[in-house]
Amino acid sequence: RGRLRVHLRATWLSGKTRPMEYRVAQLEALGRFLDEKKQDILEATASDMGKRRWGPEGLFELGLVMERENFLTSKFWPFLQVTQLDSAFIRKDPYGVVLIIAPWNYPIHLFLVPLIGAIAAGNCVIVKPSETSKNTERLVAEMLSCYLDNDCFAVVTAGVQETTRLLENKFDYIFFTGSASVGRIIMTAAAKHLTPVTLELGGKNPCYVSDTCDVQNVARRVAWGRFFNAGQTCIAPDYVLCSVEMQEKLMPALREAITEFFGSNPRESPDFGRIVGDKQFRRIRALLCSGRVAIGGQTDEKERYIAPTVLADVLPSDPAMQEEIFGPILPIVVVANMDEAIDFINARPRPLAIYAFSCDSKVRVLERTSSGGFCGNDTLMHVTLTSLPFGGIGNSGLGKYHGKFTFDTFTHHRGCLHRNMGLEALNALRYPPYSQQKLGLLTATFEIKRKGTCTLL
Amino acid sequence: MEKMQQVVGRARAAFNSGRCRSLEFRMQQLKALERMVQEKEEEILAAIKADLHKCGHNAYSHEILGVLGELALAMDKLPSWAAPQPVKKNLLTMRDEAYIRPEPLGVVLIIGAWNYPFVLVMQPLVGAIAAGNAVVVKPSEISENTARLVADLLPQYLDRELYPVVTGGVPETTALLTQRFDHILYTGNSTVGKIVMAAAAKHLTPVTLELGGKSPCYIDTDCDLAVACRRITWGKYMNCGQTCIAPDYILCDPSIQSKVVENIKETLQEFYGEDVKSSPDYERIINKHHFRRILGLLEGQKIAHGGESDEASCFIAPTILTDVSAESKVMEEEIFGPVLPIVTVKSVDEAIEFINCREKPLALYVFSNNKKLIKRVISETSSGGFTGNDVIMHFFLSTLPFGGVGNSGMGAYHGKHSFETFSHRRACLIKDLKMETTNKLRYPPGSQKKVDWAKFFLLKQFNKVRIGLIALGLLGIVAAVVIKNHQSVLKRKALLIVLAVQRLGWPSVW
Repeated sequence: RGRLRVHLRATWLSGKTRPMEYRVAQLEALGRFLDEKKQDILEATASDMGKRRWGPEGLFELGLVMERENFLTSKFWPFLQVTQLDSAFIRKDPYGVVLIIAPWNYPIHLFLVPLIGAIAAGNCVIVKPSETSKNTERLVAEMLSCYLDNDCFAVVTAGVQETTRLLENKFDYIFFTGSASVGRIIMTAAAKHLTPVTLELGGKNPCYVSDTCDVQNVARRVAWGRFFNAGQTCIAPDYVLCSVEMQEKLMPALREAITEFFGSNPRESPDFGRIVGDKQFRRIRALLCSGRVAIGGQTDEKERYIAPTVLADVLPSDPAMQEEIFGPILPIVVVANMDEAIDFINARPRPLAIYAFSCDSKVRVLERTSSGGFCGNDTLMHVTLTSLPFGGIGNSGLGKYHGKFTFDTFTHHRGCLHRNMGLEALNALRYPPYSQQKLGLLTATFEIKRKGTCTLL
Repeated sequence: MEKMQQVVGRARAAFNSGRCRSLEFRMQQLKALERMVQEKEEEILAAIKADLHKCGHNAYSHEILGVLGELALAMDKLPSWAAPQPVKKNLLTMRDEAYIRPEPLGVVLIIGAWNYPFVLVMQPLVGAIAAGNAVVVKPSEISENTARLVADLLPQYLDRELYPVVTGGVPETTALLTQRFDHILYTGNSTVGKIVMAAAAKHLTPVTLELGGKSPCYIDTDCDLAVACRRITWGKYMNCGQTCIAPDYILCDPSIQSKVVENIKETLQEFYGEDVKSSPDYERIINKHHFRRILGLLEGQKIAHGGESDEASCFIAPTILTDVSAESKVMEEEIFGPVLPIVTVKSVDEAIEFINCREKPLALYVFSNNKKLIKRVISETSSGGFTGNDVIMHFFLSTLPFGGVGNSGMGAYHGKHSFETFSHRRACLIKDLKMETTNKLRYPPGSQKKVDWAKFFLLKQFNKVRIGLIALGLLGIVAAVVIKNHQSVLKRKALLIVLAVQRLGWPSVW
């Protein structure tokens, strides 16, 4: 591992990744990887996640195609490079050798999107895919090297122990997607080398449904967001907050939406996924004893199948409310009104996303809470707009990416000033010896330039 | 420990009360801060003088001027900085509201340094208040007079619960760091920087670390040596070398080394007179510990100028060392004192290599008439910031982000960058509960056609011929559904949709 990093660092110092043409060529190679290996990718992710069809999840996987397109559009490049301010400018310098640690729930998307940004920014990259999504890990490890320059980009496969050892090395940036507890470990390891980090973590994303709503549309959007990828989505609506009347109305609507999406037996639907591993399956199954099972609740350990489930009358003390669910279970917690919902949300760690369904008061929920992102009257969709930054706050993460934000994440913004060798007389004010007169002149000059951006010294 | 818990707890409760959210409140606090700096100018200058032997001119221009500038900028720009920023939408979100909302982070901690003790707590404080946070301020205990003054003054002008000042040394700072903050901005050295970041990691607190390093200064043979040396002398010996972005050492061709020394000597004479010690414009080393540390760096070196010192007053004369070896002690650590080593290199290539095999510095300086050479050095090296043909000056341009990279730090501030450092940029998408038809594309059961449609909406580009036909079809369906459901509202909205779509460049899709 150490040797690999040393090798990449040597290439980095040689300046190979700096020219624009080189970066574009690598991004185009990535595009070819996606095109040519599409079938293999589909099969790998399907066997990891139980996705049997390139269906709606394809939307997210497509997101990365979109990201790549953004960077390859010629309009984007000059804007990304340097921000000109007369003879003062901000250079976007690559950091050097960066490490991207990806999770298992969207195993291709969640390493490829940061990778695209890191490459576009001119870095050398080590990618560590998740060992939990084994098939994708193997695919990425075997195939990426056939497309990308092996002097600059490498894939490392590692379990917990080896990752710990990997983190003892110095990187110039670490991009991590995963849980908060591992996030702390990553940041602590990064602190030893003063390595900046972006941590895309998670949390319990609340979903408030007000009484003034078209129940059927709400139910569809919430069900879609919750059961996407069998609930294994960091921005999935984790639980619903609504009044007892709304809970009554939502139940049949949710039932209808689930049937519409997955048929009367979701187990047979090619569009409903499975839980990634046995450990995770058992963890999620244990959460079923919360409130009462109003819809679903069936499980099959062999298949790691958990039916799309809705739990009613869940209490804040129930197991399902103690941790991020990350599974196809939707608890409904009853609150009296919007104020109570807002207090409930604010009493808990800040989530990655907050959802509010209402005809009129969603913005109030927005204004009185804090979260990574917010979507009114829908779920998940705010991350499909790459002009919006995607990231958490507090326990749900630090830093952001998507679109241009990914590029900015992987670049050091270097303030540069070019001064003239001439006009030395103007500098006289700043040199000793100092007199009352000089100070007076200085203050006067400052007053004149007060609203400007540069003090003349 | 308990005291820290109380202070931070009170700040958090004050933040949660919501009173620092309104722009009026923040403006009021910034105005009060401005009044404080203006009314208490004498006391501030006196405190800095007591700590660093800094004359009024320097203290004013280094510390007060900058703060007043930041305050003026923040008060002027706050409404635009704090306003939600609409973003470019795609076809799928065409009818929605999409914007980035700058929000306060919560309770932030600012840890200051002793070398510019006032500006290094005040400048971040301005940004943190402007961004709507509660702020715990911890000035450096080493510059004790300024620390005491800040602790006295701030509660007299600002909201006491929201902006408490905590004083103390290492034990107090350690206790403070066990508390949870929503951002920590630390100015100081890399060793403590690592400790701060490790403490922050326990709470997943983002940090801005303004550290230091050895900022190299390369002098090309093709440059106006007299001007270059004057500027370097100013930047190096200001504050007795105790500046994080001071040119730490010089790299130049051996052929110009003696001329560089001559020019600097002449400039020193011009600046401080025959007897530097009696010049009111020359500062002192902050304390005995650093005094001894810096003197220790002179051991075994060729002193071309200076070298005199007086422990009682912590005075070290402006000193130049020549033919310094890269392996010597003075080249191992950040000097942070009035000692200027000159290391000779035979070419700009050698200079670049020299710079690159060391930790990334906070600042990099190049003096040359050759613009191409300057560009080359910039693009082949990395540093926090850069000034060409001068030193220090990039610090004063608040449109430039000020911060380090690698060992010299992470994050940046000054001007709008301060506001952004202390804000959370929250992505907001507000959709309609209607228009459910387009959503059907994303719901299961899946199909290739649905994927194609999704691509269309998200990528705005696809097989152009197919798109033409499919788009027509979609328009037809949408039109039919919309007509069916919203007869009355339809006419207005249909026109709007068509216009919006046109504006989005629909023709380019065909």
